[in-house]
Amino acid sequence: MSNEASAQQLSYIENQASDARVNIELETEGMTLNLGPQHPATHGTLRIIVRLDGEQVVSAEPVMGYMHRGYEKLTEVRTYPQVTTLVNRIDWLGSFANEVPFILAAERLMEVEAPARAQWIRTALFELSRIANVVLFLGDMAVQLGATTPVFYAFRDREFVLNQIESVTGGRFHPNFDRIGGIKDDLPKGWIQETKDVLVRINSFCEEMEDLVVGNEIFQTRTRGIGIIPADTGLAYGLSGANIRSSGVDWDLRRDGGVGLIHDQLDWKVWTHPDGDSFARYWVRLQEVRESCKMVGQILDGIPSGPIMAKVPRIIKVPPGEAYVETENPLGIMGYYVISKGDLVPYRVKIRSASFNNVSITPWVLKGVYVPDVISILASLYFILGDIDR
Amino acid sequence: MTVFNLAIELAYWQQTVIRSILGLVAVLLPAGTLVYLYLFKMMSFMQSRLGPMEAGPYGSLQLLAEVGKFLQKEDLFPRAADRVVFKAAPFVVLASTFLLVLVLPAGPDAWFINIDTGVFLALAVSSISVIGILMAGWGSASKYSLIGGLRAAGQLVAYELPLVLAVMGVVIQAGTLNVQEIVLAQANGEIFGWGGIGNPFIITQFLGFMIFLVAIQAELTQPPFDMPVAESEIVTGYLTEYTGMRFLLFFIGEFATAGIFSALAATFFLGGWYIPGLDPTSNLFNLIGPLVLVGKMLLVSFLIFWFRFTYPRFREDQLQQLAWKVLVPLSLVNIVATGVLKVVF
Repeated sequence: MSNEASAQQLSYIENQASDARVNIELETEGMTLNLGPQHPATHGTLRIIVRLDGEQVVSAEPVMGYMHRGYEKLTEVRTYPQVTTLVNRIDWLGSFANEVPFILAAERLMEVEAPARAQWIRTALFELSRIANVVLFLGDMAVQLGATTPVFYAFRDREFVLNQIESVTGGRFHPNFDRIGGIKDDLPKGWIQETKDVLVRINSFCEEMEDLVVGNEIFQTRTRGIGIIPADTGLAYGLSGANIRSSGVDWDLRRDGGVGLIHDQLDWKVWTHPDGDSFARYWVRLQEVRESCKMVGQILDGIPSGPIMAKVPRIIKVPPGEAYVETENPLGIMGYYVISKGDLVPYRVKIRSASFNNVSITPWVLKGVYVPDVISILASLYFILGDIDR
Repeated sequence: MTVFNLAIELAYWQQTVIRSILGLVAVLLPAGTLVYLYLFKMMSFMQSRLGPMEAGPYGSLQLLAEVGKFLQKEDLFPRAADRVVFKAAPFVVLASTFLLVLVLPAGPDAWFINIDTGVFLALAVSSISVIGILMAGWGSASKYSLIGGLRAAGQLVAYELPLVLAVMGVVIQAGTLNVQEIVLAQANGEIFGWGGIGNPFIITQFLGFMIFLVAIQAELTQPPFDMPVAESEIVTGYLTEYTGMRFLLFFIGEFATAGIFSALAATFFLGGWYIPGLDPTSNLFNLIGPLVLVGKMLLVSFLIFWFRFTYPRFREDQLQQLAWKVLVPLSLVNIVATGVLKVVF
C-alpha cells in the first residue's frame, strides 16, 4: 500500500470517527407515536404504531382489525339475495360496486346471465359509485394536507351523484339493488337526462380540483417524490387499482378482466403515471373520475331496451361448485371466492378487498419519511376502514 | 392626559381605567370581528355553505353562544401535566397580544404609549408568545402537544427574522422607529413631488409588504404554515389537551394577534389611521382614525384569511427552507436597495 493511499484511508477513518462522535452527541431517544385508533387522519379506526427519531419514521406498523365485523362468517347464515345487504357495507363510499362481484360469482355458479339492459344499467351504477367514491378522495387528500376548502366542494358535488343512485335504487349509500340474473328495477323516468347534467357538474368539479389542488405549488412540493412505490414492490405487496397504475403498471380489470360488465363495449382509456409517488396517485384518480364520466355518458346514450331480469327461480338455490370473480372496484381489486354446496346459503365466502393490501405496504413505504408525510402517503393510498377489516 | 384630547383633566386612576377598557376593546373587538366575519362567514361562503345562521340575524350572535359554551366547560388537566406551566401558558400567549396592541396609534393623539422605539418593542413582545406555546406543549405531557410545541418554537423563531427585516425597509425610509412618526411620514410624504395621497410605503416597499404578510402568516401559525396545530397530523398540536376557558384564551390570542398584526401591516405599509385629503394633525382623526385603522386591518386580514382557507400546509423542513433560503435573502436585498435609494434620492 502506498503512502498516499494510506493517508487517504486514515483521513477517511478519522472523518468517519468524528461523524460518529457527532452522532453520539446528537443522538436522541426514540419515541413511539401511536397514530390511532382514534386519530383525525385515519378515517376511522386504523392504528399505526410509528417509531420516531425526531420527526423521522424509523419503523411503522399498521394494526388492523378494530372494525372487524365478521362478514365472511355472517354470509354463511344468509341466503344469496341477503348477502348483498351485508357486502354493501364493506366499502361504504362506493357500495354498489361491492355487490357486483358477488352477484357475478353467484351467476357464474348458477350459469345464468343477466340480460343486456341489466348489464348496461349495472355498469352505469358501478361507475357512478366509483365517481361518488373517488370524488370524496379528491377532496379528502387536500384536507389531509391542510387545505380545508376542497373537501366541501367534493361533498357538494358527490351529493348529486348520490341523488342519481338513490333515484334508481332507493338508497343513497347502501343500494342493495343488484340481483342474481339482473337488477331489481328499471330506470325511473327522466333519469338519463338528469344524470347527463350531473356528469357535467362532475367534470367541472374535476377542472376545479385541477386548478385548486393539482396546480397548487405547495401541494406539489408536499406530494411529488414522496412515498415512491416502484412497480415491482407494489406488485409484490399486492397493490391494485389506481395505486398500482400510478406506479406505471398498465393493469385494469375492467379492460383485462373480462367479467360480466360491459366495459369492453365502451371507448375509454386506462391512465397510468410513471412516478409512483403521492402526486401520481392523486393524478391517476383524478383522470379516472373523468374516464368514468365518459363511460357513464356513453352508457346513457347507448343503453339497449329489453328485460332487466333473466329467468331465475323464486327461491334461489345455487348448484354446488366454486367460483372466484374479481372486479376493478373504486379502491382496487375486489374479489369473492364463493363455495356452494347446493344450499340456500353459501358454504363459504372469502372476500378479497383492496384496502387490506393497499395498507399492508405502509411498513415499507413509511420507512424514513417525516411525520407529515406519513399522513399524506396514507391519504394518497386511499383506504376505507370497512374495506380493510370487512 | 393626551388620549382623545378631552377638555377635562382626569385623575391618574381614571386614565388608567379608561386605558384598560380601551385596551380590552382593542384586543377583543378585532378578534370577535375576524372570527365572525372571516372564520364563520367568509370561510363558509368560499366553501359553498352558509355558516352559522340560527343564533341572531345571520348568525351574528353565534360568537356569544360559542363563548358561553366554553365558559361552562370544566377546567380539565391531564393527569401527568405540569399543572402550573399548563395553567399559565394561555396567559403568557395572551400577554404577548396585549403588549403588542400598545404601540398601535389610532389617531394623532389616540395612542396608548408613544415611544421612540415603538417598532422595536412591537417586534420584541410579539415573540413572547413562543414561550407560552412551548409551555403549553411541554406542560400538557402529551406527545402530540410536545411535537406541536417544538414545531411552533422552531417556526416562530425562524420567521421572526424575515418579519423584522421586512420592517427595516420601512424604518429606513421613514427614518424613525416611532410608529406614530412612521404614519406621519406616510401622510406627509410625496410621490415624486405629488402629495395627493401621501406616500403609503406599500408602493416603495411592496416586496417588504409581501414578506411581512408571509411572515405574519407563519407567526400566526395559520395555513399554509400551520404545522404546529396541524389537525390531520398531530391532532391540534399544543392545543390538544386544552379545553374550556383556557382553550378560549388561546383562541382569542390567535385571532386578536391576527387582527393586531394586520393592523401593524396597515400601519407600516398602508398609512395607518391616515386617509388622504385631510390634514393629519386635524382633531377629526382622533375620532375617525380608529375606524380607518380597523378598515385597513380588515383589508389586510382578508388577504391573510384568504390564504388560510385556500392553501394546503408545508412540511416543517420546507417551511424552514422558505424562511432561510428565500425570505431572509429577499428581505436583505430589500434593505440594501432601500438604503441605496434613500441615499440617492
